[in-house]
Amino acid sequence: MKKVRVATIWLDGCAGCHMSVLDIDEAILNVARRAEMVYGPLVDAHEFPKQVDVTLVEGGVSSQEDLEKIRTVRQRSRLVVSLGDCAVTGNISAMRNQTPTRKLLERIYVEGADVMRVVPSDGVPALLRHAVPVHEFVKVDLHVPGCPPSAKAIAFVLEELFEGRVPDLRSKVKFG
Amino acid sequence: MADKISVRIDGEYVAAQQGQTILEVARAGGKFIPTLCWLENLSPVGGCRLCIVEVSGVGRLLPACTTPAQDGMSVTTNSEKLTQYRRMALEFLFSERNHQCAVCVSNNHCELQSMAQRLGVTNVRYPYSFPKMRVDASHERYVLDHNRCILCTRCVRVCAEVEGARVWDVSGRGIHSLIVSDMNRPWGDSKTCTSCGKCVEVCPTGALAEKGFGVEEMVKRDRKVRRLAGRRGGHV
Repeated sequence: MKKVRVATIWLDGCAGCHMSVLDIDEAILNVARRAEMVYGPLVDAHEFPKQVDVTLVEGGVSSQEDLEKIRTVRQRSRLVVSLGDCAVTGNISAMRNQTPTRKLLERIYVEGADVMRVVPSDGVPALLRHAVPVHEFVKVDLHVPGCPPSAKAIAFVLEELFEGRVPDLRSKVKFG
Repeated sequence: MADKISVRIDGEYVAAQQGQTILEVARAGGKFIPTLCWLENLSPVGGCRLCIVEVSGVGRLLPACTTPAQDGMSVTTNSEKLTQYRRMALEFLFSERNHQCAVCVSNNHCELQSMAQRLGVTNVRYPYSFPKMRVDASHERYVLDHNRCILCTRCVRVCAEVEGARVWDVSGRGIHSLIVSDMNRPWGDSKTCTSCGKCVEVCPTGALAEKGFGVEEMVKRDRKVRRLAGRRGGHV
């Protein structure tokens, strides 16, 4: 059987959703049997591959870099899954949205710092005005809310997708 | 004795009494109609729009909690169309304020959150408005977080109808509506508040909470308030 090409990507999130992916216990054996992990923080690939079947997206879209990444992901993936509240709703990453970005950066890097009191600009991507859910920029095929989504829900989603079904998540997932 | 009437709910004939709302009749018949602003024994306002139902011969959807049942009425409580509109109403509630369930005192004990789960809302299709909202922590025991408020007005009604203090009211219009205490004074400066905590117990989300509770720790207990509310005669 041809293996399903699965990628994961980490945008503006805390890595908790990736932790939850690793937390699926024995279901990970099935994932190993059915899927090939082609990209993600857990994999040693540098560039997002050309053809991916399923991409799990953790985190909201918060910076110019996130935006470029998610557009590449959408172009190269058959299915895009928003994994976790930050990707689905903005959640914690969106808690900065009430403060203008310039003020926010100054509050943290100037007022909040003891040394090197300067807003970093070299080699860091510019922040977007708001951190927003993934589906505000690209089409998302499936939303799996939760902070993080339970390992059980993730295992269920992966198994259903491997079988070629759309998982029915009613009553299986919740915000928060 | 109240007049008996006969109502058709989802095709079944149900006996009811004149003056009962569609919601009361349907619930008595074991039907599930989702509600958020409605609370047993408080006067209904029909604000959240989750309890909308289809009534034969009426071109628009009607809120079940405020529409009186009438003899010969035929009501549909569940359909594809209703589910669609109920989800939409719920998604609007989520998009209007900042509901970060993960860091809310009421996480896992929230009626808005569990309603989303029950109605199968896994994402909000509309852009979030991310408004800048105040948190009023001036009261010595309680806190009001406008970020989590869905303007159900349960606090307004319980304070007026059960406690009789009339501390709470709604200021502004539409999306700018805001729950205010006294004449838009800080809650802690309120001369009318008796600190009874009824508003906190009936609040469906983490908008009203007791101080000293962390994330997931605020469990609301509205049973006693509902019972008290049931003892008063008629609606105010």
